[in-house]
Amino acid sequence: MGKIKTRMGDGFKVEMTEAEVRKALEEGTQDAAERADVEALTEDDLKQLFEIYASPYRMVGVEEGNEVVLTYDSLNTKIKRAQISTSKIQSLQVCERALGADTLELAHIDYSYKPVKPIIPFEKPIMEQAVLITIPALLYGAMPNLGLYSQPDGPCPNPADLLPNGKIAEARASYEEAAEYAISDMVYVGSEMYESGADGINFDTTAAAGDAEFYATLKAVEILRKKYPAMGIQMGMAAEFVLGMHGEIEYNGVRLAGLYPHKQIKLAQEAGVNIFGPAANIVTSKSLPWNTARSVTWTKACTDVAEIPVHACLGMGVGGVPLALTPPIDAVSRASKAHVEICKLDGL
Amino acid sequence: MHAAHANASGIGGIRTAGDLVARMQLNRSMKIGPAKKHVADKLHISVEDIADPVVMNELREDLDIGRVNEAPGVAKGMDAKFRIARLLDIDINSVNIFKEKIERDI
Repeated sequence: MGKIKTRMGDGFKVEMTEAEVRKALEEGTQDAAERADVEALTEDDLKQLFEIYASPYRMVGVEEGNEVVLTYDSLNTKIKRAQISTSKIQSLQVCERALGADTLELAHIDYSYKPVKPIIPFEKPIMEQAVLITIPALLYGAMPNLGLYSQPDGPCPNPADLLPNGKIAEARASYEEAAEYAISDMVYVGSEMYESGADGINFDTTAAAGDAEFYATLKAVEILRKKYPAMGIQMGMAAEFVLGMHGEIEYNGVRLAGLYPHKQIKLAQEAGVNIFGPAANIVTSKSLPWNTARSVTWTKACTDVAEIPVHACLGMGVGGVPLALTPPIDAVSRASKAHVEICKLDGL
Repeated sequence: MHAAHANASGIGGIRTAGDLVARMQLNRSMKIGPAKKHVADKLHISVEDIADPVVMNELREDLDIGRVNEAPGVAKGMDAKFRIARLLDIDINSVNIFKEKIERDI
């Protein structure tokens, strides 16, 4: 029995037997199915996943005809983070002309809506100029990041201080107050950038701070959709599971704590999202076959009920891509192919 | 990582018709199949050809909707988007804002 070279969730290489890979795939999908109360992957799906991970080639790809659209989070800042000396617009042009980007995203290096608010007068002219000289749809993106609204970074009492003291009602009230500030900032930035020519707005890493953040983002989407019926709105999630930091907060009568992607997307659709991005966090101590089987299970359950395009989040540390600053091509391409073809994705 | 995804699964952006398919998803919430078909129908080519950089490079040049390798006189940005909006029968926000600005009374 041959050995299969793959990696762990942290990116380091590991060799597994065929039997070990099959076992990891089965355990990964069972774990996901039990947690989210969704169907596990079928035998055919598992066979396809096994073939993807058993491939001896450095890089794999989708079959011709199965290509999908790529959207990005914080696109131009990836160039900035690499300390390449280009302007934001030049970075977008590199992505447009050298990297085959289907869409573009303008972003601030401090990638949250709150810090963008005071620099809007400087971001708007960049958007206005960028739309003049680029061709693909150009979104403006940032994270809702509710954590920035708690003391000492923000105005609201910190729930992490209140909860250990048993002040549950006060902590919930603080989350609700923070949500209102976040809604205001997201609507303000979204409106300003759309009126500067952006094709749409991306809410990236949504619900990272839990259910109150998911609520705030859904409300912001709802307001923007009503204000700008033609606006493109993308929502990418932070994790597979909405943390119940508040515990009781609801949107349209649905309790947000504990929702998995197949239920998250229904609320996103109701709010007015055009493109939804489910995310599944990597477990670094488990192998990539295990992680990808888990992520594909949740993502497939999401695409099964989706009425809007689904662009799964497959960045560093999510969706079967290792939690590493330089994700290996073998790992990224396997996660990419597996999600696109098994989940019938519309994009990544 | 972007390059890895683009190579493994991406349509190809303005190398092909990736940007056009993306616009149908963002503008009309179209799933990938209908979005590709809409673009292919508007371009009068097969769905397979919209992801072919050789076919699309020539077609983009003929339609003057912008392409990777720029040449003198070809559409490069806003002018390409004016033509894309017309070609796909969609509204493009920046195009509408641009039109509104130039048509405003002096």
